[in-house]
Amino acid sequence: MMNLVDTSRDPILKDIRHRKMVDFLFSVAGLMSLLFALITLLALVLDLSITGVPRLNAEFFMNFPSRFAEKAGILSAWVGSFCVMMTTAFCAIPIGVAAGVYLEEYAPKNWMTQLIELNIVNLAGIPSITFGLMALGIFVYKLGLGQSILTAGLTLGLLVLPIIIVTTRESVKAIPSSIREASYAVGASKWQTIRYHILPYSSGGILTGVIISLSRAIGETAPLITIGALTFVAFLPTSPVKESFPFVSFQWLSDPFTVLPIQMFNWLSRPQPEFHVNAAATGIVLLMMTLLLNGIAIYIRYRFRKKMKW
Amino acid sequence: MAKSSSQKLTEFTAADHPVRRLRRFKERAIEFILFLAAASSVLITLGIVGILVTESLPFFAHVSFKDFLTDTEWTPLFENAHYGILPLVCGTFLSTFIALIVAIPLGTVAASYLSEYISGNAREILKPILEMLAAIPTVVYGYFALLFVTPILQKVFPEMGGFNVLSAGIVIGIMIVPYVSSLSEDAMRSVPNHLREASFAMGASRFQTVFRVVIPSAFSGITSAYTLGISRALGETMVVAIAAGMQPNLTLNPTQPAATITAFIVQVSLGDLPHGSVGYQSIYVAGLTLLLLTLGFNVIGLWLRKRFQERE
Amino acid sequence: MNTKATPSARAEVKNLNFFYGPKQVLKNVSLPVYENRMTALIGPSGCGKTTLLRCFNRMHDLYATTNYQGEIILHPGNRNILGKEIDPMEVRMRIGMVFQKPNPFPKTIFENVAYGLKVRGVRKKSFIEERVVKSLQQSGLWNEVKDRLNSHATDMSGGQQQRLCIARALATEPEILLLDEPTSALDPISTAHIEELITELKKEITILMVTHNLHQAARTADYTAYMYLGEVIEFGATDQIFTTPNDTRTENYITGRFG
Repeated sequence: MMNLVDTSRDPILKDIRHRKMVDFLFSVAGLMSLLFALITLLALVLDLSITGVPRLNAEFFMNFPSRFAEKAGILSAWVGSFCVMMTTAFCAIPIGVAAGVYLEEYAPKNWMTQLIELNIVNLAGIPSITFGLMALGIFVYKLGLGQSILTAGLTLGLLVLPIIIVTTRESVKAIPSSIREASYAVGASKWQTIRYHILPYSSGGILTGVIISLSRAIGETAPLITIGALTFVAFLPTSPVKESFPFVSFQWLSDPFTVLPIQMFNWLSRPQPEFHVNAAATGIVLLMMTLLLNGIAIYIRYRFRKKMKW
Repeated sequence: MAKSSSQKLTEFTAADHPVRRLRRFKERAIEFILFLAAASSVLITLGIVGILVTESLPFFAHVSFKDFLTDTEWTPLFENAHYGILPLVCGTFLSTFIALIVAIPLGTVAASYLSEYISGNAREILKPILEMLAAIPTVVYGYFALLFVTPILQKVFPEMGGFNVLSAGIVIGIMIVPYVSSLSEDAMRSVPNHLREASFAMGASRFQTVFRVVIPSAFSGITSAYTLGISRALGETMVVAIAAGMQPNLTLNPTQPAATITAFIVQVSLGDLPHGSVGYQSIYVAGLTLLLLTLGFNVIGLWLRKRFQERE
Repeated sequence: MNTKATPSARAEVKNLNFFYGPKQVLKNVSLPVYENRMTALIGPSGCGKTTLLRCFNRMHDLYATTNYQGEIILHPGNRNILGKEIDPMEVRMRIGMVFQKPNPFPKTIFENVAYGLKVRGVRKKSFIEERVVKSLQQSGLWNEVKDRLNSHATDMSGGQQQRLCIARALATEPEILLLDEPTSALDPISTAHIEELITELKKEITILMVTHNLHQAARTADYTAYMYLGEVIEFGATDQIFTTPNDTRTENYITGRFG
């Protein structure tokens, strides 16, 4: 029985002090781990910036790559990235949102639904290069779509599909059932409820998910290399605007292309340090784009949360 | 509706009335379309597995299974070609192993700290740091590994060349910390508070509560986190392609360059390969091997998770 | 009900005011906790009885910055366990608690009961084993689990789990045992078993129990305190409180006109 006589408390106090010291040391370790992450982040950004920022000028953005490092630019790369992103969004959004809505609103609890959900989880864990291999075999060769922007968009679209499905599901799940019930109570059909209530109210969340998936896609390199994106592209895809009827062209979808991360990789693979500077500059552009997209996503989420009061 | 909108509805429409039939058809059609979208995920998986298998089969007509598994060289594009997958698998495992040595302790400690030691406000400020690590494109990490980490490591290992697995492994580890820590933290946060209170009420310190009660209770979620980290590290491509060199090399020495399965696929894709050649097929075989490895770890992870879940 | 000569107080609450942030939750609470007796805290929801209970083992310190004004004196030794110089961890090593919802750790039965000893660094296996057996016997679980000490604690019924939690708390031989509505999550049969257990235990150990079940208090407690809106309205021997309460408010609550 533990007494309150002071001298006999000493071993107890010692034990308490010892355990508190362990507590303290661990919290220091925890803080250090976070600081390590922060320092790594800073080191990376600083290293990239110191090397690359001086290289960023208008020419860099408007020039094609060249054998001469000082003349080389990322024009074809960022135009290519832009086109591929557009195509990716077009491919992934309809399928992803539709799948998410189906799983939340329609899917019965049976083996088929479980199989679908298992697959989605599975797909999220498959290495991105595997998508590239699949796209190479199926899209490029079997379907004959070639090593084109369309193939790239399909590939990345399938890659980010799980993200869009999951965010759609979460946004739809967040809508209280009282709203659904209110809609059904006035005689609306299931589709009408989805179209006029579920989709509009979840659009903020869905949009956030789309932008996050795009910020992920913009940095994807391996699958695009696999499908045959070129690393030295000194031309732009065909312009979508034509001079003659019908004034719109989809030729660009089947054109060869390159993207920012591939351009960076290409420059990084060269031994000359001048090309490394270019790579650093491209890296900064990529970081800026990712930051911008994430920032937009956060802003949209914030504004949407404020607007939606259940 | 067949009646004008100003009239009150006095009867129910018959079930076989054309308007109702049309509406039913429309609803079912929409549901079917949405179902197809969801089922596409199954199609995609089938497509991936299908193409990997069909393109790999001809390879094994050309190369014996035994050679594939036991040959210690992988040089499919050479005149005197060797087709042993071991160097690639070894490179993949070596880089993943180093990455895990970095990511698991770092991620678990960070997750414990964020979940158990600090309050909501501080967490809101500190957590985004980790999330930002996850947002950086892998090529940028490759740059970092090649041009920042390797020079630093060369001061410690002077004989180390510019391409090495150590640098790539460390950077991959840093890259997957957010995955490990985020899921681990979620798992720890969802441990019910009354278990913590029971531990504190027994006079345990916070450290003891975290390591004796919270982490064991959260272990199934933490296992998922580790499995995710492993998957991510196994499939990482650009960091190794940039910083570890692309030369297949059967070695356990991380200061040497080596190629992973993924780096090999990239290397071949960068060149020109006639469709249907053995070289072309070799990337599918490599991809299939990678898929099986990832699947294997996922299954182990799921099994471990199930085991721990029963205990909670 | 043991109401022989007034026993000595194991603890005394003296003019305790407790604030959660700006909100005052306990107002000028004073009451004795008698040795080897069971004292019950009763009152309607929100009256502060659980808050008062949790002051005894400084659980509030885990959460917001707490403001204790007043004292809880622990005897012998005359120390105020609410004092800033006292480490909450040390208080919790001496005062045990059983919670409303049974919360065994996801470990074996043996490990659960041994937990309190392990965390304070007790290593001697024989000592731990002795204590575990003794606590399980004290809580009436021994016969049911003696053959499966290494089975998982969550494989038991709710009533058994709660008795395990009691054994766990008893293993460290606490000076006071705090019970926070220990049977409110259990079925009537388990409740009856636990009440029996408490009636036995109180002969050897000081117990302070919060309950919202008046009949339970009447059945098991030696002393009862009626609380309302953070104040102790009346305190006395259970018999007296339930048959001839001094305060009208107490009477209204006991007879069901209120609360």
